[in-house]
Amino acid sequence: MYRYDEFDSQLVNERVEQFRRQVDRRLAGELSEDQFKPLRLMNGLYLQLHAYMLRINIPYGSLSSHQLRTLAHVARTYDRGYGHFTTRQNIQYNWIQLQQVPDALADLAAAEMHGIQSSGNCIRNVTADQYAGVAADELTDPRIYCEIIRQWSTLHPEFSFLPRKFKIAVTAAPTDRAAVQVHDIGLRMHRNAAGDPGFEVIVGGGQGRTPFIGKIIRDWLAPSDLLSYLEAILRVYNQDGRRDNLYKSRIKILVHQIGAEEFSRRVDAEWQAIRDSALQLPQAEIERIRRYFAGPEFAELADEPDLLRQQADADPQFAAWLKANKADHKMPGYAIANISLKSLNAPPGDMTARQMDAVADLADQYSFGEIRVNHRQNLVLPSVPQRDLNALYQRLAEQQLATANIGHTSDIVACPGLDYCSLANARSIPIAQEIHQRFENMDRLHDIGEVTINISGCMNACGHHHVGNIGILGVDKRGEEYYQFTLGGSSGTDAALGERTGRGFPAAETAPAVERVLRTYLDIRAADERFLDTYRRVGMAPFKEALYGAA
Amino acid sequence: MALLKDGRPQADEYTDVSAAADPAARGPVLVSLTQWREHRAALLARDERLGLRLQSDEKPASVSDDLQHFDLVALEFPTFRDGRAYSSARLLRERYGYAGELRAVGDVLLEQLHFMHRVGFNSFELDTDDAAREWQIAASDISVWYQPTGDGRRTAVENRHGLADAAPRRQAAVR
Amino acid sequence: MPKIVIANTLADGFVAFLRTDGTWSRDIVEGALATTDAEAEALLAEATQAAHENRVLDPYLIEVAANAAGNLRPIEYREYIRAFGPSVAIPA
Repeated sequence: MYRYDEFDSQLVNERVEQFRRQVDRRLAGELSEDQFKPLRLMNGLYLQLHAYMLRINIPYGSLSSHQLRTLAHVARTYDRGYGHFTTRQNIQYNWIQLQQVPDALADLAAAEMHGIQSSGNCIRNVTADQYAGVAADELTDPRIYCEIIRQWSTLHPEFSFLPRKFKIAVTAAPTDRAAVQVHDIGLRMHRNAAGDPGFEVIVGGGQGRTPFIGKIIRDWLAPSDLLSYLEAILRVYNQDGRRDNLYKSRIKILVHQIGAEEFSRRVDAEWQAIRDSALQLPQAEIERIRRYFAGPEFAELADEPDLLRQQADADPQFAAWLKANKADHKMPGYAIANISLKSLNAPPGDMTARQMDAVADLADQYSFGEIRVNHRQNLVLPSVPQRDLNALYQRLAEQQLATANIGHTSDIVACPGLDYCSLANARSIPIAQEIHQRFENMDRLHDIGEVTINISGCMNACGHHHVGNIGILGVDKRGEEYYQFTLGGSSGTDAALGERTGRGFPAAETAPAVERVLRTYLDIRAADERFLDTYRRVGMAPFKEALYGAA
Repeated sequence: MALLKDGRPQADEYTDVSAAADPAARGPVLVSLTQWREHRAALLARDERLGLRLQSDEKPASVSDDLQHFDLVALEFPTFRDGRAYSSARLLRERYGYAGELRAVGDVLLEQLHFMHRVGFNSFELDTDDAAREWQIAASDISVWYQPTGDGRRTAVENRHGLADAAPRRQAAVR
Repeated sequence: MPKIVIANTLADGFVAFLRTDGTWSRDIVEGALATTDAEAEALLAEATQAAHENRVLDPYLIEVAANAAGNLRPIEYREYIRAFGPSVAIPA
């Protein structure tokens, strides 16, 4: 994991003191709210329905156990004892007081964490594959480049007042776990014909009101050219992106309007002028950062299929957990353990301070002190010896963190919605909880198999409903909460935006509608077909009929 | 409005005629791009310093060949959210070699002077009673910089690896 | 329709309701009630002044009505949630 050097530390410490001063000036009335709002947003501080909300970056989703304990400390000391992990690998605190924010930020800075640019019209947290560094299919650890981009984008003086927010994601595996096709810039590492690793550059993906799949504007970019090329893209966007309409300001609109070819041409024209500048990454800096991601000292272990089968046979719940929550690790004898934050009746993605401390301890004991945050509001212990999985499972179960539902029906992504968010039109969390209750039975859950359900409480789509296999969008219809469905979305390598089914459902009918969709799938699926496969084979018609009755 | 130039409150020697129907005035004048194009010969014939005020959608490329005529270029922030001037500033300084006074005008957000200085602005029109204090706050806030901007500040990468002057410096020092 | 003023206090960000004496309460039952347009305007003006004085943020009027038990509740669900908190249990 990356560790701050003196320069990184000095920057975050100075930033904390800068914000402390800005808060003091605001409280003293020297800065108006209009003057203060952009400053607090660029430190991740929103004003929401009930209180201020503080969003803290978790760079490319990687946390040390010490950092997780610090997040628990902040929850306990400055909030109501819990935090919420987001779809962009960040954490949010819902009850932070403005006057305490500088102290909370100081505590976080000491643990090499901050909320810089987690909001505002600037470059946000750079996200990555949550299995980076341990996935068998990866070319190299994408977090090396995420860290490089993180530094380049932090307090970038030219790009702090973009037309709109800007999100970058990086993957280095053929299986895209970072959703690079639905980001403003997606970077996919791969080898060119000569065998050299480099980046495919995808621009203009995104969700929200006008979702788009991104366009490839460059097939292969050398790593040393990464920052100059990104700078060229951002400069074109900063200059040419629309500023007349808040809902048309993302780069996806620009790319769509002028076309990928013209956009690529503009970027190239700018890039030619700056590619040989100081933005050329010195190899020494790439290597310096690469060393931090060399990975822990893995022991020489053997795979343990017999032991795991034995343990699974003895405990059906552990068997279910292995099936859903364990993923393959690149090293023999190890496994990736997903931690579900989707237990029955708990808001999706929420975690108490006590649970955070428990997972920090488990990370120290079983996973080299490392934790990851994924894109579905869950956590990951990236490197657990297979022979320790059962013990880990028992300890997770004690904390209600062992629901065996990763990637299954009740692993629902739900934005905070109208229960918390001032932008929302409808609630998301109660819908998620009701769906979870209906699919509590593990046998039924596992029979249905892989299906992603995503719920957003407004068109801003923070619940990423456009890329859910079943997407649900909450709307306000004459003062009532209604829920519209999309089907067939996918965020992976085969990225696709869901298709609308038709009219929405009132809240009480929404979970039953989900049941009808899944029952239809069970009725018509062919062998080994996931929900998404069946949908792609048969199309919307049978599901529409199940939802609304025969036409 | 106060003018902060080179770190100090100063009197503005220019008359801003950019919004006036007739750009005639005594002394140094600040004209719009339209006025520059319409009255170019007349303006050049005056033996006075000339300033050009660009709106946020007017690109520096369109005047890159004329920069030698201007002692002042003012870039507008119609609202502080319109960040196009940050790119324009860098292009003027780093691409086109402009070395005169580069002024931020309009909705210049306090607490953003540091970013503006980094991209090449060396004067600011501020809505404040204490411009000197605002500058003092802004100038010393953050002392670590990740990105080369041609402003002469050594980046973290340069410091880490003892690289000498990896970032191209502007032709003239930013006074 | 009766109205009260809702806002967030600046320093802590929590929801607050304007009392008749110009102070702010966390409890909706203490909110000053405006029953005419003129009263509502006056309340809002007072709240706006409090915002200018950097004590509160975003004050605005909300419609309230008495529920079956005779207690005043916001008409709009969004404001109801602001007044009484999330509809889901808070973890921990």
